[in-house]
Amino acid sequence: MRIILKIIIAAMLFSVAIQAPARADLEEAAGGLLSKSYGDKIQATEAIAATGDARAILLLETLLAGDLYAVKDTDRLVYRKPANGGDQVTDILTDEDLGDLKSGDLTKIRINNRMRGLIKDLLGRLTLLNEDPLLRLKAADAVFKSRPVEMIVPMGDALAAETDTAVAAAMRRALAALNFVHGDTPEVQGEALLILQEESVPEVRSLLSAEANRLAAIQNPSPENQALAKAIDQALAKVEEKLAMLGVVENIFQGISLGSVLLLAAIGLAITFGVMGVINMAHGEMVMIGAYTTYVVQELCRTFAPELLTFSLIAAIPAAFIVAGLCGVAIERSIIRFLYGRPLETLLATWGLSLVLQQFVRTIFGPTNKEVSSPDWLSGTWEITGGLALTYNRIAIIFFAAAVLVMLMLVLRKTSFGLQMRAVTQNRKMGASMGIRTGWVDAMTFGLGSGVAGMAGVALSQIDNVSPNLGQAYIIDSFMVVVFGGVGNLWGTLVGALSLGITNKFLEPYTGAVLAKILVLVFIILFIQKRPRGLFALKGRAVEN
Amino acid sequence: MDAINKAQKGPFVSLMTGLPGGGKTFLGILLVAALLVPLSNMFLPPSSPFHVPTYLVSLMGKYICFALLALSVDLIWGFAGILSLGHGAFFALGGYSMGMYLMRQIGDRGVYGNPILPDFMVFLNWTELPWYWYGFDMFPFAMLMVILVPGFLAFVFGWFAFRSRVTGVYLSIITQAMTYALLLAFFRNDMGFGGNNGLTDFKDILGFDLQATGTRLGLFVASLIALAFGYLVCCFITQSKLGRVLIAIRDAESRTRFSGYRVEYYKLFVFVVSAILAGIAGALYVPQVGIINPSEFSPANSIEIVIWVAVGGRGTLWGAVLGAFLINWGKSYFTGSFPDAWLYFLGGLFIFSTLFLPKGIVGTAGIWIDKLKQLRQGKPDMNTPVSVKEEQ
Repeated sequence: MRIILKIIIAAMLFSVAIQAPARADLEEAAGGLLSKSYGDKIQATEAIAATGDARAILLLETLLAGDLYAVKDTDRLVYRKPANGGDQVTDILTDEDLGDLKSGDLTKIRINNRMRGLIKDLLGRLTLLNEDPLLRLKAADAVFKSRPVEMIVPMGDALAAETDTAVAAAMRRALAALNFVHGDTPEVQGEALLILQEESVPEVRSLLSAEANRLAAIQNPSPENQALAKAIDQALAKVEEKLAMLGVVENIFQGISLGSVLLLAAIGLAITFGVMGVINMAHGEMVMIGAYTTYVVQELCRTFAPELLTFSLIAAIPAAFIVAGLCGVAIERSIIRFLYGRPLETLLATWGLSLVLQQFVRTIFGPTNKEVSSPDWLSGTWEITGGLALTYNRIAIIFFAAAVLVMLMLVLRKTSFGLQMRAVTQNRKMGASMGIRTGWVDAMTFGLGSGVAGMAGVALSQIDNVSPNLGQAYIIDSFMVVVFGGVGNLWGTLVGALSLGITNKFLEPYTGAVLAKILVLVFIILFIQKRPRGLFALKGRAVEN
Repeated sequence: MDAINKAQKGPFVSLMTGLPGGGKTFLGILLVAALLVPLSNMFLPPSSPFHVPTYLVSLMGKYICFALLALSVDLIWGFAGILSLGHGAFFALGGYSMGMYLMRQIGDRGVYGNPILPDFMVFLNWTELPWYWYGFDMFPFAMLMVILVPGFLAFVFGWFAFRSRVTGVYLSIITQAMTYALLLAFFRNDMGFGGNNGLTDFKDILGFDLQATGTRLGLFVASLIALAFGYLVCCFITQSKLGRVLIAIRDAESRTRFSGYRVEYYKLFVFVVSAILAGIAGALYVPQVGIINPSEFSPANSIEIVIWVAVGGRGTLWGAVLGAFLINWGKSYFTGSFPDAWLYFLGGLFIFSTLFLPKGIVGTAGIWIDKLKQLRQGKPDMNTPVSVKEEQ
């Protein structure tokens, strides 16, 4: 028993003993960074990596990002991050908080390009063996992109020790790329090629074509090299095909994403313009008010319930609906109801209103952009394969737009308010004689359209600048969608928004973003000539007025 | 009896005699301004309270161009019921045609000293003048383009739109789309119109220095003549039988069509005339402000033109001119003294004039004057429309 105990204690002591010199080593190595000479710094960097200390990664990353400073009096290495009011300075080795030091007390540790390359390599090597699989994956991908020759052996070792299948796949790919580039016999390269040709990332394409060019330049190639060149050509074709398909998928996704943004912006307009025949040029400002409501809710949340900050966006949805909806009801009761049957005058009055609202918001919140932060559950990307990554906020907007559309359809079809609304749309006098309060229905319909625009503002605050001009950017596009899709039909709005969005994104690679937009506008102008009432036109008597 | 008189006197005389009372006064004011302003600027000492400083001459010249633009919108909106939210595009196209001429006039006096290529093209490393810039070094050709380019665009656009019976709000929205598309297009550097910065740094026109007082006075008088000419053209159109048909189209398009009139041709004609007037206004505007850039195409500008007309009085012609003057004067005043209040004021004006002044200042004043007259004559005849009474 005693012996066992002694061994355990000895082992513990030994581990402490090992750790203690490691700490000292790291501190000693890091001290070299204070030197003015880049040669000394490079030695210090290599020494830091060689310690194998867990803090070395943080140290090197901070150094690479240019955030590493030395305190002038004490020579302590620190990093700085903005905290409430000022900068918080933390000792990088001991994690001790040094409070708010002035910029004058700190000297930045400068690095040159050679060090930058070195640090990246070292980091890659260090992180390949890290405990966190995510970091290992990142490191493997970094190696795959930079392909330094000295990583072949460490990568092989790391792959052999790897247990996580996803990370192992990334490492295999990286190792294949290393072998393909640096392999000295066609056999090694051919083997690597077999792995690489299954990948569908742009890097593989450039890798393969570079190698194919190199082989083509060799005079009197050996039969092995000829075979390899042939294999590369086949692999290239395979990769190209995959990439083209991914490109189409990505275009469709981007198109749907743009389409859903257009749908959100236009769907409220489809109600006010389509159902009521009211041209609301202040519609964009309802979107803007929704976005500002999001900002206000976020700030309230920050002040009163900071722990709920990540969910402020969800709270903002009903808030924006109510605020914009109330604005809408107020506008309808005070201006628009006097102008029914005079669509051109409505257009002018609401345009004037939009100017007033913009200036009002500018007076209250100032002319600069307000920052609405993305909650962490919306940030980041969903990487489907190497070449295709979708950002979460775009995906969320697609679902949000779909949800809004479905809810609106339900309101119109399944509620008594929807029934009254459709009745008033079809025949106002008959509706009134059946006991429907048409004035009330008008106000509520306009409020509903405006409220939906406000909800669109919540979504747009995630992808666009929250500024007084936010609405202006969308108003013309929204009108195009409604006019293209056909007035008085939500399906038309959906089809219009998606087809315009997808067309736009498919044109963009060939023409550039601006020309694509111009072409779409010209297309709509011509389309209106052919079908003056849009894609899904109302038929029958309702059209006449 | 009017018809017989008109036939004997010839069209021009009948036009002059047939002008509404306000019209003669209006032309008189223009004439007086064309005489007095240059005289006062040249001969009165700057200390005199009646001296018109040169900057004011240019400012008024600018307003006159806006007035002509408003007139062109009133012609189609007030008399044919076509609400164009893209008339700024025709204005800007006329302006760009003039700007291209002025650019070519700079010659080798530009920053890069290239005798053929304008500065921005040298900056973009272009080696050759694009084909559509050929001929703009000749003044008559440029003036022809001032008329042809907006006219042609209006013809093509109107040809499609009116034949397909795109009316009302839909027409307004696609005119807005048109000017928006042009805005985006002219922002592109590849278009060869100076991109974002547009055309500027002009030196002289027909050999006269643009900064000289004499040139500015000349441009002022030219703008006044253009406005008077535009007014006469609009009067001629609206007083003729053609004008009657246009009003019929405005008030009941289907009924006019069923009566056997080819509505689309009437609309197309008046739309093209209006676009040409707007183009001329733009061409006179550019040398007086010294710059033309894509922001003239912005949809907001075009909507603002409509409010000049609405405030002044839709369908009254000189009301549109009055509206343009009033609002632009207000804009200069407010943006100078209370920059934050201008948008409140403009926005409020849109709402107020549509809600409370549906006929604009001139129309509303006309109604009151008629009421006063009736009260004096002691026969309250409220049912006869104003326009009919003017005829009697």
